[in-house]
Amino acid sequence: MLNIFELKKSFVSPDGERVEILHVPAFTLGAGELLALRGESGSGKTTFLNLIAGILAADTGRVTIEGAEMTALSEPGRDRLRAAKLGYIFQAFNLLQGYTVLENVVLGMAFGPRGADRAHARAMLERVGLGHRLDHFPGQLSSGQQQRVAVARALVNRPKLVLADEPTGNLDRKHARESLALIGEVCREHGAALLLVSHNEETLGHFEQRSDFADINRALNETAK
Amino acid sequence: MTLPLIIYRSLRQHALSTVVTAGSIALACGLLMCVWMVKTQSQTAFTQTTTGFDAVLGARGSKLQLVLNAIFHLEASPGNLAYADYEAIKRHPAVKAAIPIAVGDNLRGYRLVGTVPELFEQVEYSPGRKFVLQAGGKLFRPDAKEAVVGAFAAERLRLKVGSTFRPFHGLAFDPKSEHTDAYVVTGILAQTNTPTDRVIWIPLRGIQTMSGHDARTATDVSAVLVQLRTASAGFMLDLMYNKQGNRLTLAYPVGAIIAELFSKISWFDQVLALVAYLVALVAAGSVLTSIYNSMSARGRDLAILRALGAQRRTIFGAVVAEAACIGLLGAAAGYVIYFALVTGVAGVIRAQTGVVLNVMAQHPVMWLCPLAMIALCALGGIVPAFKAYRTPVAETLAPVS
Repeated sequence: MLNIFELKKSFVSPDGERVEILHVPAFTLGAGELLALRGESGSGKTTFLNLIAGILAADTGRVTIEGAEMTALSEPGRDRLRAAKLGYIFQAFNLLQGYTVLENVVLGMAFGPRGADRAHARAMLERVGLGHRLDHFPGQLSSGQQQRVAVARALVNRPKLVLADEPTGNLDRKHARESLALIGEVCREHGAALLLVSHNEETLGHFEQRSDFADINRALNETAK
Repeated sequence: MTLPLIIYRSLRQHALSTVVTAGSIALACGLLMCVWMVKTQSQTAFTQTTTGFDAVLGARGSKLQLVLNAIFHLEASPGNLAYADYEAIKRHPAVKAAIPIAVGDNLRGYRLVGTVPELFEQVEYSPGRKFVLQAGGKLFRPDAKEAVVGAFAAERLRLKVGSTFRPFHGLAFDPKSEHTDAYVVTGILAQTNTPTDRVIWIPLRGIQTMSGHDARTATDVSAVLVQLRTASAGFMLDLMYNKQGNRLTLAYPVGAIIAELFSKISWFDQVLALVAYLVALVAAGSVLTSIYNSMSARGRDLAILRALGAQRRTIFGAVVAEAACIGLLGAAAGYVIYFALVTGVAGVIRAQTGVVLNVMAQHPVMWLCPLAMIALCALGGIVPAFKAYRTPVAETLAPVS
């Protein structure tokens, strides 16, 4: 489902030097697989997810999602592919504060091939237990509820792959547990693969399949040398 | 549904700047439409206001002054002419009707005009319309101290049939110059939407023999309002009085003389239009500034939308459309400002001249101006839209973990 080959990304440091921060020789995630990646802060996890999502363009390498090569596409093509096949759960939720809960979720599918479907968005919010908060604004919800909106938004478009970047970083332990359980359940229900990155052991412990990001990102080892 | 939602939410989130910016556009739009309509409407109204007469005969002087004095009841009379001159033009075979008028007195600023009852009995002040007295009224008798009052003057002076008043000397109101003669109102004219509405009409003899007036001019008249049998007759009389004679002036045709006045003051219209254009430009600039300044605060929202799959061109279009929407809101509110302004201006013009502007008249400026404002605002939205277009998604969204 997700295949990565020789993916590289570098940035120019403030002193003008080009620093390679990501080099993933090979990485694969099967359809419906749920994988948690352990990685320290600053290890390039977010960059890795952004490259998969096509938010960032890779220097070299290949990212293929369900046969579509993200890295070969122009920016509008990457936008379309992201809207069609990916769901993204951010650490800071990244909800649109001026939009209602329902509108936030509707926008999760508005740019995809199916377009905005308010009824489906409503059903998705009912699924995550927020059917009674449709017209509330994010600021009127607790952190746990905001995270559930972010989950609903990521999954409303029936994506094949869900990317989760420190999804419990802003939650207390109780809400973090509930949120992770929900993410896992909803991904399974929709047959979506999940790639979750976190530095938190408790978060990682919720998933049977775990891996160290340091084993995937060769740039980290090269920097350490 | 997505684009309208994004625009609506953005406008709501920045409600204050939306309202202020739309307000400035409304002002610009309303002002532009008002300047244009008052200009065209007043030109139309004034040049068509002849109160049924083709020409005015008066003392040697300015034709414009003669028309303003005799038709619009503004300005001072350029001088008197002998009663014999009135009789001469009345007898002329080319003249269908000649009505003498005499001026020189007022009632609290409203002009008293002496004339003959034929004005109300025979003359159509506009095609197919004769003067009508309101219920219970009758015309003054030529030899009595009686008055017929125009509808607007009656309303403002609170005169009714049976009311009595003492005129004041001169065309401007001076409380110390009250005449001793007392007049009784015998009729109120129905509204005509002409300068006649502002006049208190009394018998010609009344002005001529008013206490305190010079006895030597007791038979003079201020002007003669003339109806011609044919249009060519006007040119013949013009030749006779203006080219061959040197004692009197014939103002003909009345509409053309007023049109000349408008052409003389056209620079004033241009200055007003220039001011309105500048206001429009400033309003478009304010759209640009307000949206551009809000871009920093909106960067995160735009980056989230991009992360959800919105393309750069969608974001660009949303910002331009938002600017156009502010223009649309402003243009809609501009109609309210326009009607408020034009109603006020029309009220002042009516109070000062008796001429009524048609504020509901159709004119291309009524849709061209709002459309131009919307287009100008959309143009102003391009700069912030370009900034939005370039929003870096990854950097804006989250700190790197």
